[in-house]
Amino acid sequence: MPPAAVVVRDLTRRFGEFVAVDRVGFTVAEGEIFGFLGPNGAGKTTTIKMLAALLRPTSGQATVAGVDVARDPRGLRRRIGYMSQRFSLYPDLTVAENIELFAGLYDVTGERLEARRAWVLELAGLEGQERRLTGELPLGWKQRLALGCAVLHEPPVLFLDEPTSGVDPIARRGFWDLINAMAAAGTTVLVSTHYMEEAEYCNRVLLMSRGRLIALGSPAELRAGFDEPIFALRTDDAPRAVEALQHAPGVVEAAMFGREVHVVAREAAEAERSVPAALAAAPRGAIAFGGMRRVQPSLEDVFVSLVRRAGAATEA
Amino acid sequence: MLSWGRLWAVARKEWLQLRRDPRSMALAFAMPLALLLFFGYAISWDVKDIRLALVNQDDGEQSRELVQAFQGSGYFRVVERLPSTALVDRELAEAHVTGVLVIPPTFARDLAAGRGAAVQLLLDGGDANTATIAQSYADAIVARFSRDIVLRGRRMEMPAAAEVRIWYNPTLESRNMVVPGLVAVIMSIIAAMLTSLTIAREWERGTMEQLASTPVHRLEVIFGKLVPYLLIGLFDVAVTIGAGMLLFQVPFRGNPLFLGGATLMFLIGALGLGMFISATMKSQLLATQLAMIGTFLPAMLLSGFIFDIASMPLALRVVSLLVPARYYIVVTRGVLLKGVGPTVLWVQGLSMIIFAAIGLGLAAATFHKRIQA
Repeated sequence: MPPAAVVVRDLTRRFGEFVAVDRVGFTVAEGEIFGFLGPNGAGKTTTIKMLAALLRPTSGQATVAGVDVARDPRGLRRRIGYMSQRFSLYPDLTVAENIELFAGLYDVTGERLEARRAWVLELAGLEGQERRLTGELPLGWKQRLALGCAVLHEPPVLFLDEPTSGVDPIARRGFWDLINAMAAAGTTVLVSTHYMEEAEYCNRVLLMSRGRLIALGSPAELRAGFDEPIFALRTDDAPRAVEALQHAPGVVEAAMFGREVHVVAREAAEAERSVPAALAAAPRGAIAFGGMRRVQPSLEDVFVSLVRRAGAATEA
Repeated sequence: MLSWGRLWAVARKEWLQLRRDPRSMALAFAMPLALLLFFGYAISWDVKDIRLALVNQDDGEQSRELVQAFQGSGYFRVVERLPSTALVDRELAEAHVTGVLVIPPTFARDLAAGRGAAVQLLLDGGDANTATIAQSYADAIVARFSRDIVLRGRRMEMPAAAEVRIWYNPTLESRNMVVPGLVAVIMSIIAAMLTSLTIAREWERGTMEQLASTPVHRLEVIFGKLVPYLLIGLFDVAVTIGAGMLLFQVPFRGNPLFLGGATLMFLIGALGLGMFISATMKSQLLATQLAMIGTFLPAMLLSGFIFDIASMPLALRVVSLLVPARYYIVVTRGVLLKGVGPTVLWVQGLSMIIFAAIGLGLAAATFHKRIQA
């Protein structure tokens, strides 16, 4: 196993009574792409901010690139890049001026500045557009430029907090190509997202819900750990079907999944019997049963199921 | 360790942003002159050309001489002649005139007979200040008129006479007081308004968080932001004083270098205060409003610009100690009008240095707290 780039132990952050991050611990290897996944308010952003020394932990410990985040926040900032979900370059500066500003802030000067400037312009696809105001660029380009500015100083660890929110799928794909290239070059990337398909690009994913870590592993491992049979059900009235199936015998959970309904069962044979029966006996009239087939769990199924179990465990 | 490179990067960025923001540019370069012209012409404590209505029921030679004495003084101007006192009430009530001079039909007769000849001056007391001044002018004019009649060309030495000389502002022009004071008031407003946006805007846009994620030190951010505003402020002071000298003939008797040094200290304090406000407030709007209220009113009312600090109640005198314009006004008036320097004004200089340190300290402390909340 390569050396650890990030080591986190019992990291906790409270805002008054509210516990935003609750005793989270994990280790990230050098060169790894490590994803944070979870609904809004799960504590992803708070965790990343603590690791980037933008927010002080209430308790617990975190070491990033060999630096204790609480002890030496300024030392840490030389060794990390950070990009937030909000576009945070200066819209009233030109492309070149933004690059020069961040170069100045990261003490990148002289020949190194020239080399890095050319690199960022190429990465963002903005060669020849140095004099355009950044605020006038399309969002996808802005995000690539922001990424370039965040890694001007070639930091060993990069934090990306929902970097692709609001960007169209093609630009998103291009953005992930950049992340992959950086990781291949040895940069450790910690990235939060709420797009499930983006989680598939990560080497490992940390699932968070209500401030707690509820699962950690590669996407394949997480799927393999999902032991309940899962069916895709075809019907012409998915919302009512979900409602009718909530209390059917043997059904753990029913949720809309595109135009189909995904049914998580306690046991396969039992569900195959009870689902058509429950639809036929639905209140306010029978619902058409278009057949159902067993499917591989998607990461979203795993996620929904794990969040439900974690919720049940806390309430119990 | 602070780095010049990072400080310079912040200063350059701030200057570029400032240059592209028409609002800030107008505030920085047009506002001081506009305020100077506005206040310079509007604020005057000199009472001149008091508008008089005249009811001359005597109309003899002597009464015309008296009217001539009023007109010739430069303080009164007869704008209307009324046939009788019937219309006096309306004229005053509708503020066509500030006063009415009534010379009774018996004026010449009473004078000739050596009886006291009364003339009546009715004044609009709605503006007590002007009325008081007009009254004293009228007293002086009538007294002189009476003396000339008594003496009939003979000379007479008064047994005792006060020989008054007004130093520093010999003609008692209130503009000579107003313009140096205005420099302080205007710069208080400009400094706070300009900087009030600088930090609040970064919070609003999320750029502050991006700055905070880099190795830049908070003092580098604060000093870096200070540099362009400081240069603009020094430029504004020079232009305002220059315009005051050209347009209002205000003298410059002291040492420009000393004034420059004191201005630098004053600006650092005022800009630091603006940044402190900006760092405390969550939105640009709130910051601007607070900056206006927090600097404009005290600078106008508690700095000694309009009201003499020594005659304020104790509580206000204490509060006025916290108004940086108060010290700066003493310096601008001292340097421009009296030509005095550090030997006389060191208390003010020291106060402003302390104030600058507090302003910057507060800005830095607030800033720190918000980043590492």
